Amino acid sequence: MADPMHQFQIQKIVELPTVTVFGMPIDLSITNSVAAMLLAATLLSVFYVFASAKRAVVPGRMQAVGELLYNLVDGLGDSIMGHAGKKFLPFVFTLFAFVLFMNLQGMFLIFTATSQLAVTLTLGMLVILTVVVVGFAKNGLKFFKLFAPSGVPWPLYFLLVPIEILSFLIRPVTLALRLFGNMLGGHVVLKIFAGFVIALGGMGLIGFPGALLAMGSVVALTALEFMVAFLQAFVFAVLTCVYLNDVLHLDSH
Amino acid sequence: MDASAAKFIGAGLAMLGMIGAGIGLGVMFGNYFQGALRNPTAAAQERPMLFLGMALTEALGIFALVVAILILNGK
Repeated sequence: MADPMHQFQIQKIVELPTVTVFGMPIDLSITNSVAAMLLAATLLSVFYVFASAKRAVVPGRMQAVGELLYNLVDGLGDSIMGHAGKKFLPFVFTLFAFVLFMNLQGMFLIFTATSQLAVTLTLGMLVILTVVVVGFAKNGLKFFKLFAPSGVPWPLYFLLVPIEILSFLIRPVTLALRLFGNMLGGHVVLKIFAGFVIALGGMGLIGFPGALLAMGSVVALTALEFMVAFLQAFVFAVLTCVYLNDVLHLDSH
Repeated sequence: MDASAAKFIGAGLAMLGMIGAGIGLGVMFGNYFQGALRNPTAAAQERPMLFLGMALTEALGIFALVVAILILNGK
């Protein structure tokens, strides 16, 4: 059977020289992962340039899809962060759309950029660093109140503060691992079931019913993966909003 | 039994952690639908919280997957 992990291998497409920054060598070569991200960003930009080109009162097909995605994130930010979150809508929407396009690209083309832990961890760190910076800019040193929720008997703080700090530090890790794990798991399962079709189909008439069953599973799983691709991008946006809300409304914490 | 066989068994056992995530997701969606069918007007505004809970529950299952991959690819 074909190796289901082969699809996640990084290959260099364009060789570029290695640059040394502060004594650390950084390989600038364009790999298939970088190419997939560039393509996703390009597709996203082109899509929204065309979707917002006419700006008609009664939207056409492209504009309707663009508005649908935008309204989804807009409503989400409003319901979680309230009015104060309006400023962060561009950030959240960009993250959502970028992750969505990378996920969907994995369904249509050969490479899923979000199945690389390096990519998802970068996005996760980006979110949490934004949260920290916004938290300090808005609250100053009161930011540390995040780790000490009010309305608790004081002896509990000895237990609660370490837990809160730990749960804050693990946020980027869970954010990254969730997206990475879902994409990796889904695509591995797809390839394994596709491998069943070939292996059973090659056995002749005996294996034919099994191959048919596996084929049906592949079709159903592909539909499921399209849903997961959208849902994970949505979950990423929801969690970004929730984490931002924590530091935006620190008084109610 | 050679070491690579033990590695596969260990990775398989590590995936048992997914059981908890499965039970958790079942309980969560079940309770959501119970609440949503009793009071459908309040269902829509609780949906982001549903997905948040789903994401947090699922993350714990994904940790099991990561441990399994670590065992499988460890030297």
